[in-house]
Amino acid sequence: MSLPSNRTRRLGGPEALAGEIPDGATIGLPPDYSLVAMAVVRSLVRRGAKDLKLIGVPVLGLCADILIGAGCVREVETSAVTLGEAGLAPRFTEAAEKKSIKVVDATCPMIHTGLQATEKGVPFMPLRGVLGSDLVKHHPDWKTIDNPYAKGDPILLAKAIVPDIALFHARWADEAGNVWVGRRGELATIAHASKACYVSYEELKPGDMLEDELLAPGCIGSVYVTAVAPAPRGAWPLGVPGAYGIDDAHVMHYARLAKTAEGFQQYLEEFVFKTVAA
Amino acid sequence: MSYAKEELLAVTIARLIGDARHVAVGAASPIPAMAVFLLRERNKGVPRVSLLQKRSGNPFTEGSRELFDLAGQGRIDVFFLGGAQIDGEANINLVEAEGRRFPGSFGSAFMYFAAGKTILFREEHSARVLVKKVDYVSAPGWSAPEVQRRGGPAALLTGKALFQWRKEKRRFLLQSVHPGSSAEDVRANTGFDYDAPASVPMTAAPTSEELALIRGPVARVITENYPEFARRVWGAALAVLRPA
Repeated sequence: MSLPSNRTRRLGGPEALAGEIPDGATIGLPPDYSLVAMAVVRSLVRRGAKDLKLIGVPVLGLCADILIGAGCVREVETSAVTLGEAGLAPRFTEAAEKKSIKVVDATCPMIHTGLQATEKGVPFMPLRGVLGSDLVKHHPDWKTIDNPYAKGDPILLAKAIVPDIALFHARWADEAGNVWVGRRGELATIAHASKACYVSYEELKPGDMLEDELLAPGCIGSVYVTAVAPAPRGAWPLGVPGAYGIDDAHVMHYARLAKTAEGFQQYLEEFVFKTVAA
Repeated sequence: MSYAKEELLAVTIARLIGDARHVAVGAASPIPAMAVFLLRERNKGVPRVSLLQKRSGNPFTEGSRELFDLAGQGRIDVFFLGGAQIDGEANINLVEAEGRRFPGSFGSAFMYFAAGKTILFREEHSARVLVKKVDYVSAPGWSAPEVQRRGGPAALLTGKALFQWRKEKRRFLLQSVHPGSSAEDVRANTGFDYDAPASVPMTAAPTSEELALIRGPVARVITENYPEFARRVWGAALAVLRPA
């Protein structure tokens, strides 16, 4: 398998990014505290995306709950789905209990390790721990082997994970197609391991951030990035560190409404189908 | 001096942490976070704390993967885990029970092995949570001898009591009960069997020095990172605690 060397395209906005994500795609997504492309997620709901498989890197939150509630999701593989302080993710919880979506349970470092295998272009990578957990029994892609360097030492392997799509939000993109995500290293891991990478951004910087010694270490280079599009306040109601924080009151409001299917529909009408001035 | 239940739990956890060098606090764990910040206030910045969800000045520069890499390297002494169910062999379940779905296992299946010691913490103390055998093992309380494992459970703290884990017996020992509960109350509300001394002591109350630190500098850090929790515990006093 080969992953592409990209010449990053610049698209008009979140709708255009969502338009490039096909039904049935496997999408790697970050947790709520890590630059989620919420404007693109809302666009996916508006265009009626179907049969998506979401991979939580390593956990999922609000974006997954909205996509699940809106009927866009066939399967999730994740270490958890949570709204943090706002409690259980209600649409995920109901869908999992009614078995209307497939849930593959994982544990955080096994997801990271599977993506890191793809980063290195190797078929699997070992991880300590986890043995004896029921996760190992149920996960289709994990295998236990004997450490070939030591006798009688069982160790678990994570099969390489290759998402079709990496989707997240960045503080900046630049004219060269690089995106800046600061310390959110899991985003680089997802970008490196995915067949295509779509990034919405707050602001465009002129020039090439890789020429700037201070900005370069927080960048994901354009070689990994398929396309970018502007989406000011595009992570709302989640946050962009250094620009705006998580809108905790809104997430609590969502958690209350989404407890019922009717309340969730009301949320969609108000905050997804209507264009929202965040 | 009166105190909130959360404050009692936090000082109890602080005593369990002892002289650890590095404590990591995972998702949605405001009471363990209170405990660590209390120790840091008292011991001039010791232990080091890595708060996974810290909103500003997050300790990880490689993303959330770094917590697990650090733990795998043996650099984390104490971690916290909870469970929708916890059983008498210290297995925890964060996935599902009796048709109910929970958020998921997070990093538990790895951290329970990799951290030097794990403090199990769950406020609800009922036979529904503390069960004979978990319906799903997210992370096992003990491992066969051939499985490499650095750490494991050290204690179980609930809203009613503190248990010590005895690795060699694979059983909990009731160590103390909190004010408002009793040995009989704990026995009646625990679904698994455990050992207990003839006379069970009371969990030590927070001192006025501890409470002053908790309601001052500790509350400020907690409010920044766990705003809903802070509102619940300190309520109206919060306006005073918030930095201008």
